Amino acid sequence: MIGGFGEAGSPIELIHALIDQGAKDLTVISNNTGSGHVGLAALIAHRRVKKMICSFPRTANSKVFPELYQNGEIELELVPQGTLAERIRSGGAGIPAFYTPTAVGTPLAEGKETREFDGQSYVMERTIRSDFALVKCRAADRYGNLVYSKTARNFAPIMCMAAETAIVQTKQIVELGELDPEAVVTPGIFVSKVVEVSDPAEESKLVAEDRRYPW
Amino acid sequence: MVSKEEKIGWNVSDMARNVAIDIPDGSYVNLGIGMPELVAGHVPEGREVIYHTENGLLGMGPTPEEGREDPELINAGKKYVTAIPGACYFHHADSFTMIRGNHIDICVLGAFQVAENGDLANWSTGAPGAIPAVGGAMDLVAGDIKIFVISRHTTKTGEPKIVNNCTYPLTGRQVVDTVYTDLAVIDVKKDGLYVRELAPGVTFEYVQERTEPQLKQYS
Repeated sequence: MIGGFGEAGSPIELIHALIDQGAKDLTVISNNTGSGHVGLAALIAHRRVKKMICSFPRTANSKVFPELYQNGEIELELVPQGTLAERIRSGGAGIPAFYTPTAVGTPLAEGKETREFDGQSYVMERTIRSDFALVKCRAADRYGNLVYSKTARNFAPIMCMAAETAIVQTKQIVELGELDPEAVVTPGIFVSKVVEVSDPAEESKLVAEDRRYPW
Repeated sequence: MVSKEEKIGWNVSDMARNVAIDIPDGSYVNLGIGMPELVAGHVPEGREVIYHTENGLLGMGPTPEEGREDPELINAGKKYVTAIPGACYFHHADSFTMIRGNHIDICVLGAFQVAENGDLANWSTGAPGAIPAVGGAMDLVAGDIKIFVISRHTTKTGEPKIVNNCTYPLTGRQVVDTVYTDLAVIDVKKDGLYVRELAPGVTFEYVQERTEPQLKQYS
């Protein structure tokens, strides 16, 4: 699982570290497929990703995924955005499946079990857990308590819950007690590793400069 | 079939105003990408409307001034936005709980096609080779949220967008409440499509010629 909605919240440095590390045949769960040739798009360009599970695989500057997909070189599981979020959330909560009215009667419900409740049709969706989550936040402490920045929060809290090992890049590591317990968004129990990246790259700037990873 | 498109009917700004007039004071509203975004600029004076953007913000404000853009403060269309005083941020499961749990009141969307029974097609033309992408469209229409569609009455080539049955892949079944076009405001009821308002200079017959199913008039 890789956090981010467009560039907001995309953990570019962690993804680049994953490219350096060399893992392949990955199944990646993320809302989009990255922009230009950095971050998630670079991971895909290096043929490390076997399958994408996402809601919106094309955006203004996404070039890498569309090309591989059209050549049949990468699999896609398209999921409505809210269903994707709920599959991740409920995965983290230990729920194996749930029923939702989203996508009933559309191509995205084909082949899935449906059931009536109180006269309305629902489709059964299986939940998702992952081996790893890579997310970005604004501040973290040694216990893994996290706070985020504005709409960069998006999928990160639920991905931390649904992953065996949640790895977080944070702009700042603070001392225990510095985060207001009332304002902690992700409780540290959901987080395994925290790494400080004090000056993270801005994806749109890298894309505008046509940067490619590895540099 | 109509061969030539004359310049009559409402402009885009009028269409957005027609939608805005139907949004009650105090509503929580989600605006789709594109034409629906214009609605925010036409809310009548004195009405307070709170905008939701499904990537995680309730209380979305207008586009920031140049130089004040923040890449971590964007809307569902991935454009820079601002947050009003009283706004709040949340993660995706909470955001879609607001949608799927029917806490949002109204959603304004664009459309490729709307069928007589309120079926909506707005996420894919089903063209071979196209990269399918759905985003939050199916979640927004699945619950009891009021669905307002804002759209040109016909396609660029003059084909009706209000059809007997959608030929494009569906977003949801029987979900549309009202359609706001450049020619008319049309309510989707259980027993058919009712023309509530006509643009200046546009007749019922003119609209009917550009609409596949039979339209009805309020008596």
